[in-house]
Amino acid sequence: MSRTVAALLRKELLVELRTLESVPAMSLFAVTTFVVFHFALNRSVVDGDLAAGILWVTLLFAAILGVNRLFVADADQGGFDAFLLAPVDRTAMLVAKVITLLAYLVVLELVAVPAFGLLLLGPSIGDALPDLIGVLALGDLGVAVIGTLVAALAVRTRARDLLGPLLGLPLLVPIVIGGARATSPLLASVHPTAPAARWLLTLGLYDLVFGLIAYALFDFLLED
Amino acid sequence: MAALHVEGLARRYGEREALSGVTLTLEAGQTLVVFGPNGAGKTTLLRVLATLLRPHAGTVSVLGSSLPEQSWAVRGRVGLLGHEPLLYRELTARENLRFHARLHGVADGRVDELLDAVAMTARGREPLRTLSRGMVQRVAVARAVLHDPELLLLDEPHSNLDPAAIELVSPLIGSASRRTRVICSHDPTGGLAEADVVLGLRAGRPALLAPASEVDRSQIAELYR
Repeated sequence: MSRTVAALLRKELLVELRTLESVPAMSLFAVTTFVVFHFALNRSVVDGDLAAGILWVTLLFAAILGVNRLFVADADQGGFDAFLLAPVDRTAMLVAKVITLLAYLVVLELVAVPAFGLLLLGPSIGDALPDLIGVLALGDLGVAVIGTLVAALAVRTRARDLLGPLLGLPLLVPIVIGGARATSPLLASVHPTAPAARWLLTLGLYDLVFGLIAYALFDFLLED
Repeated sequence: MAALHVEGLARRYGEREALSGVTLTLEAGQTLVVFGPNGAGKTTLLRVLATLLRPHAGTVSVLGSSLPEQSWAVRGRVGLLGHEPLLYRELTARENLRFHARLHGVADGRVDELLDAVAMTARGREPLRTLSRGMVQRVAVARAVLHDPELLLLDEPHSNLDPAAIELVSPLIGSASRRTRVICSHDPTGGLAEADVVLGLRAGRPALLAPASEVDRSQIAELYR
């Protein structure tokens, strides 16, 4: 299966590098949203709960842009059929798409987190960075798994642009809640602390549960 | 053993019946040509045989495996050339074929061999979106035979191809390929010349099934009236 995943991943990244349809849109959306928050809140700096909320909600909506585009080339250019005609494990596509979306999210955060630090965040992000990376990684994994599942379900429908967010957002809300609660103490102006273990555990469990659901369902989403 | 055995095949899209009561047998190495007006169910038949659509009624056996239960045993042994080339527009012809080669466990050398066979070596490093439809169709032919399939499912395979290109792809998908073939066609002359067995579909139902030697052009023309 690893050879199939590698072939799919190579194809995904080549298509994205040539079209630049997802990652630039996601990054630009995130930076623009921070600017809008900056003016809408009429505050030059935020911290704690508010900062964590703004960061996670922005990342979530930016991620939805990537989720919506994840299977479009496959659906519109016959990639699904080509894949289904090949004697390969269907799970390879799930794994490749999850890794692809994870890669998109990492690039998004490489742009969005420093931009957030510059545009809105009061406390310095430097000290919180190692813990923040851990929390973001847990959140990203969940977003990638759920996003892939939802995108595969939505892409074959006529209302795919609507159905993706409609199905995805309710499933992704627990990740935003867990992520924001875990991030909040990291971004406190006074006495920043490490994230509470229970929120990290919640995120980890949520990732695991949806990982298993995606593994069980993905074949059926691809088949007629 | 028959390469294809279909009995009472039915397939619906929602309430609409796309195929109904299709029964046929095709021996290995033979060519079945399917005629019928637009919407007659030709493409649906090909997609069922390719394992991309499930039959809703009847029995379908492809290369000795029953569908849909043993679809996994058929995949990789079938080459489908449909209306869509099943190629990514942003990738080059070579990248597309290499991608398919990896999915089918085929060596990269076969990619070069096929690019050469369809005279696309010189343009093989250009994105597909920059190529003409005829060139894309030539790459699609290479894609369909990349894994040396036993059964070829061809939906109007010569569309967008000029006479020289038709000659070029003939060793790969023509009778010289010696593969079992199912071809959807609107060309009575060319189709009958290729066929061992003729199936005529009208509104998803079989209107004609006979050895090609017993079919004349007027019977084909009748399907389109």
